[in-house]
Amino acid sequence: MAKRVGMEVSIAIGEVVKLANADVIAAYPITPQTHIVEHLAELVADGELDAQYIPVESEHSAMSACLGSAAVGARTFTTTAGQGLELMHEVLYIASSMQLPLVMMVANRALSSPLSVWNDQSDAMAVRDTGWIQIFVENGQEVVDNVLCAFHLAGDQRVLLPVMIHLDGFFLTHMVEPILLPEQSEVDNFLPLHQYPLPLHPDKPVTMGTFAPPVVYSEIKKAQEMRLEASKEVILECWKEFGNHFKRYYSPVESYHSEDADTLLLTLGSSSETAMIAIDKMRGEGRKVGLVRIRLWRPFPFEEIRQAVKDAEVLIVLDKAISFGGPGGVVCSEIRSALYNQSKRPKVISFVGGLGGRDISPQGFEEIINKGVEISQKGSEREFEMFGVRE
Amino acid sequence: MAEYITYGKRQVTTDEILTPGHRACVGCGEALAVRLAGKALGRNTIIVTATGCIEIISSQFPYSAWRVPWIHTLFENTAAVASGIEAGLKALIRKGRIAQQGIKVAVMAGDGATNDIGVGALSGALERGHDFVYLCFDNEAYMNTGIQRSSATPLGASTTTSPAGKKSIGQVTWKKDMPAIAVAHNIPYVATACPGYPFDLMSKVEKGANTPGPAYIHILSPCPVGWRCAADLSIEIGRLAVQTGVFPLYEVENGKYKLSVSVAKLRSVEEYFKLQGRFRHLSPEVISQIQNRVTEEWEKLKEKAA
Amino acid sequence: MTKPESEITWKDVDIGGIVTEPGNAVQYKTGEWRSQRPIFDKDKCTKCGLCYLYCPEGCIYQTDDGYFEVDLFYCKGCGICANECPPKASAITMVEEEE
Repeated sequence: MAKRVGMEVSIAIGEVVKLANADVIAAYPITPQTHIVEHLAELVADGELDAQYIPVESEHSAMSACLGSAAVGARTFTTTAGQGLELMHEVLYIASSMQLPLVMMVANRALSSPLSVWNDQSDAMAVRDTGWIQIFVENGQEVVDNVLCAFHLAGDQRVLLPVMIHLDGFFLTHMVEPILLPEQSEVDNFLPLHQYPLPLHPDKPVTMGTFAPPVVYSEIKKAQEMRLEASKEVILECWKEFGNHFKRYYSPVESYHSEDADTLLLTLGSSSETAMIAIDKMRGEGRKVGLVRIRLWRPFPFEEIRQAVKDAEVLIVLDKAISFGGPGGVVCSEIRSALYNQSKRPKVISFVGGLGGRDISPQGFEEIINKGVEISQKGSEREFEMFGVRE
Repeated sequence: MAEYITYGKRQVTTDEILTPGHRACVGCGEALAVRLAGKALGRNTIIVTATGCIEIISSQFPYSAWRVPWIHTLFENTAAVASGIEAGLKALIRKGRIAQQGIKVAVMAGDGATNDIGVGALSGALERGHDFVYLCFDNEAYMNTGIQRSSATPLGASTTTSPAGKKSIGQVTWKKDMPAIAVAHNIPYVATACPGYPFDLMSKVEKGANTPGPAYIHILSPCPVGWRCAADLSIEIGRLAVQTGVFPLYEVENGKYKLSVSVAKLRSVEEYFKLQGRFRHLSPEVISQIQNRVTEEWEKLKEKAA
Repeated sequence: MTKPESEITWKDVDIGGIVTEPGNAVQYKTGEWRSQRPIFDKDKCTKCGLCYLYCPEGCIYQTDDGYFEVDLFYCKGCGICANECPPKASAITMVEEEE
């Protein structure tokens, strides 16, 4: 029987990695992920988690050690945030292009400079193109569930790709939340023991990580792209299976009060739950507003997005990251791109807010929605709005 | 061909874990060093390689010159990848998912990957005490990208980023003492080697691979293209480097130094320099400075080994 | 025979670009590089085996009668074998590769 616990989300993540019977953990501490690596170290020190814990000397080495561990077929986990994610940037491409399955938790944190340990999604947006499967979660339960799903997906022979779970640093990592932690037997029923098909082993030598001249590089890249696209089907299947086991169902895009909404707000991560309070209040006032949340970020859920927003007149996208000198909101520009060829599509308005841990209250979301509607009617000189900045 | 060839009391396996058909330059000292190291390591090895000459000449898609499991990822992280492999194997063996068969983990990285960009990862792996052997193949510059200087480039050598010119003697700093850095980590085995002394090289690689915990072996790898010498002299030049004291051969076992090749009287560095175009520009003054320093370092080493 | 790179389609690419034919580089004829080749003189050879040891390609092999020969499919003509052959034997000479 799963037990319901009030637990700090970071600790719960450690518990789930233990339930998943990870073999190797190679991680470097960085705020706000420190409680995760600390708890994992405790679990290993007490013999509760039978894993090799490698206290690496940098994030670049953390991800590199994970490559090695995955290459011999061990179940591998790591976690980082902000600057750490950026430091391992080049290694991320290797994990996905060489198809080395592993699971990484990213405690989303703002990027320097100035230094900020607080939450925004800049680090996630910076690694958008690295070829990983990427999932955003909104609360502690979702983290626990999706870390399990991530292990399930990564090692699946039809996937064999690394999986990144994004959760908001501090807003989630350091919150005590009610979480249904599954029992070991339940996890064992859901999560099979994976076998990497071609691991490094003297009995069957393979060569990993060749160099490719121009004449063949594109073919290798297309194979990689097709693999990531094909993983979507396996992700949906995994979530369905998870739901059958644990009665909690996940999908790539989720909606809240959007059926008859003429105005939609789109968010990622924990802001969604705050936004829901604003939606409830505005609905109570008779406004036809709704919320759309992206859970599956990569591979991008084109069909689900198009379906979720097709009947709205205005879609306001809140990005918690900024792409300087460009369209501002990365998520927003992807949404616009996904909708471009649709014959019927809402006006898409871009907001950038919540940077460096700046709270957006339900009131703030109301303002965003109202301002977004205004811009859709009157237009704006700017490509995107930065919300909540003192002028 | 028979399984072994006999050299006096020694037997050398005829098995090649690096196959011919690799694309190393004509007369490459590093390729020979890798080939010999491979004989010492044997087939029960996983090799982790850094970006560099060895990786490029042996792994052009879809071909591979490796008969053992081999992985290349990036330039500066071989020690970290090797740490992950070692840990992964440990976990899998302990959990009964693969059999214990004494698989060796060996790193093959150049001087660029070791001395410079990868020194942090190496330090971390040595400090954590992983069971692996790190082989640094030192051709004294970033050879694969076109002979740019590294911290292993010897003083006075001309490279493309430390060229000899009207205002420069070439490399202005002394060669970074990487074996000393390894020794400072208190690891059980550190050694220097050179393909000009093939039996010494092979026995050291075998020793390092069989030593529990980290082992570091620094292997001088003459490069005819980068050192600008005749292709057929690359092995001979390596021997000269040893006999002039420029690259002494020694072992450090648990902190105790031991000379491998005793040189009663050092030959002059000039004999070494005159065979290589990269030193052609050196004035007698600079050569004399270098000679003094080489002699000084040699005396210090002999004292440590006494 | 490994499919040459110019013919490989994206569907041919194995997991993460992995190469599963260990040592298939033996198909590559590095012998085309050379401008000189070693000639082995059995009358002078003492069967010491040093040439075998010092070849960077690993393409010198011992024949059944204990002498050494070079596999010209791979030999790059570096001349190390000739240089390392002990002076007392001098059993290997390098000759120009004919056009």
